Amino acid sequence: MVDEPILELRGLNKSFGPVEVLKNVQFSARLGEVIALVGDNGAGKSTLVKCISGTYPIDSGEYLFEGHPVTMHSPRDASALGIEIVYQDLALCDNLDIVQNMFLGRERVRGLTLDESSMEQSAQDTLKSLSVRTVRSVRQRVASLSGGQRQTVAIAKAVLWNSKVVILDEPTAALGVAQTAQVLSLVRRLADRGLAVVLISHNMNEVLEVADRIAVLYLGEMAAQVSRQDVNQQQLIELITTGRLDGARPSPTEANGVPA
Amino acid sequence: MTSLDKQAEATPELESGSEAQERLAALASTVPSASNLGSYLSLYVQRVRGGEMGSLPAVGGLIVLVILFSSVQDTFRGLYNFGNMLTEGSGPILLAMGLVFVLLLGEIDLSAGFAAGVCAAVMVRLMVGYNVAWPLSIGAAIVTGVIIGFVIGLLRAKVRIPSFVVTLAFFLAFQGVALYIVNNGPGQHGDVRITDKVVLAFENSQMPLWAGWVLAAVIVIGYLLIKVSAQLARRRQGLAGEPTSVLAVKIGGVAVGTVGVVYFLSQNRALHKTPTIASNGNGGFVKVFPPKVEGVPWVVLVLIGFFVVWTFLLSRTRYGRHVYAVGGNEEAARRAGIPVDRVRISVFVLCSGMAAVGGIMIGSNVAAVSVANYAGNTLLLAVGAAVIGGTSLFGGKGRVIDALIGGAVVEVIQNGMSNLVQGNNGSAVQYIVTGIVLLLAAAVDALSRRRAGATGLA
Repeated sequence: MVDEPILELRGLNKSFGPVEVLKNVQFSARLGEVIALVGDNGAGKSTLVKCISGTYPIDSGEYLFEGHPVTMHSPRDASALGIEIVYQDLALCDNLDIVQNMFLGRERVRGLTLDESSMEQSAQDTLKSLSVRTVRSVRQRVASLSGGQRQTVAIAKAVLWNSKVVILDEPTAALGVAQTAQVLSLVRRLADRGLAVVLISHNMNEVLEVADRIAVLYLGEMAAQVSRQDVNQQQLIELITTGRLDGARPSPTEANGVPA
Repeated sequence: MTSLDKQAEATPELESGSEAQERLAALASTVPSASNLGSYLSLYVQRVRGGEMGSLPAVGGLIVLVILFSSVQDTFRGLYNFGNMLTEGSGPILLAMGLVFVLLLGEIDLSAGFAAGVCAAVMVRLMVGYNVAWPLSIGAAIVTGVIIGFVIGLLRAKVRIPSFVVTLAFFLAFQGVALYIVNNGPGQHGDVRITDKVVLAFENSQMPLWAGWVLAAVIVIGYLLIKVSAQLARRRQGLAGEPTSVLAVKIGGVAVGTVGVVYFLSQNRALHKTPTIASNGNGGFVKVFPPKVEGVPWVVLVLIGFFVVWTFLLSRTRYGRHVYAVGGNEEAARRAGIPVDRVRISVFVLCSGMAAVGGIMIGSNVAAVSVANYAGNTLLLAVGAAVIGGTSLFGGKGRVIDALIGGAVVEVIQNGMSNLVQGNNGSAVQYIVTGIVLLLAAAVDALSRRRAGATGLA
């Protein structure tokens, strides 16, 4: 089970008109594992995420979830399967409080009315289970939260909905040192709880700190999927900028998304 | 944000159970929680300072205006005028209730005033020209409003014309449509008189005194039950509720206010109370008393009914939550799977539907439907009422009660100014003052938003 990827893409292709953005991409995510998705600007990271989330339809290739082929028509299909994406711009409503944001679009109702106390209870429990203690009250408006706290709320939302795969798009891009540390420890805890975490990041230190595996996109192709301990920062940067690793080139099987 | 928060933030939280966390938890527990009246008030003051003012400026303004007008003129103070202001202000307030929904999405409906005119014209033409019964005529007027709102909503949500432009176009067109309906068809033309007793009764008749007291009892007991049951539900779940003292103050305030208003409205407020002597036809004489004006005007029932229903919809249902979400962050709402376009269309439907209700009440107040009664500042008074009451023009912030509070401010200004400045320049001054007040409210809205942005509160 551990070795069986929960999410797997095989030979994925995606073009916008004549521009081939993703070429024969292999990608897999496993439960209990943080896989970092890295690559230079324009390498195709965002497009890949949007294909996974169902925002873009794929041109060709296989999309397997829990071993079964699936077709994504919209982001709703992805969330129905348990794939949650935490966007860079967060997608929270500033004028609503934490509970309201965590349940947005999936509010619990009793009869006609919103079941506020049960939602508040669940939100509190979820934050507690993630050892989040920086939030003073779950009835605070999101506008009054710091960047790190907002990121925490967005991630906790994914946990609340029992997601199996959580994709984090540059979660620490706008954060200070302390808040970045908070969010990274939360990312680690997600994987330890048994979720599959896909972390998109530009920050090499951060990737090397929390990732179990690293997938490198280079000009729309999957240059490598390697285990964390098999690369150092130097090699990682080389992979991102040139798409290859001189001297210690990863084996072909690894490049196909099946680490040795 | 307090310094305590910053301190808590700056402490990274790396491993669970670490010393840092214990310290954090200790810090968090020293943050004032709203456990008693004093700390509840201090939290409130903190929120207001952060730019979250709600209806506070409107309530303050209302008190100042009432004191000002009462001190300079006797007629303003009188009970008769109190009842008068209630009925006069009800039309714009009903319009404003609908506008709150549109403003919550950051949209505007400039056509609501003339939409009210069109709907009222439909009603009166059916009643006067075709002898249609009042329930059907009123129903037709409301359906007209709903259709108007649906068309506006479609043009905004699907064709994606900015609501400012769509409703500006309808503002012009509906003036023509209303004119056409009042000037054509069977029956009276131009200034079409309302003769139906029920429609006239809304603004011109009062409930029996006992019914007024029943209404008061229903309001107070209903409010008490809602508040107490919510509190008990939270206690059961082990969640912190409002402090009991705050709850008691709120319920007490509502009770005193309601009983006070009903008490004053139960007095005979007719301007002439002295009887005249008349012949009884048999050579004797009798005292003839002028008709009494006492009791709660029927329109108050309409106001309360809509206030309760819309407040419930906005604050307790999934739909209401979605309205706030779309107004706060449309993209986030869409990603959360909320049908954004449907929500957008629905608020315009609701707004124009309420415009129909408001239009009928304005007609009932002057006992006739003429286009002039819906022209000029009808719409601006309604928008002004909502904004003065604390509903933001930027979307995402507002409540139905804002329409009531702001509507009271607008009506007091209208009424007070028209009595204060008599003569040729009366209406000129009234327009100028209302314009300035609207501008002031919009400025308060914009500035408090900026302040909220600066302090991290919104």
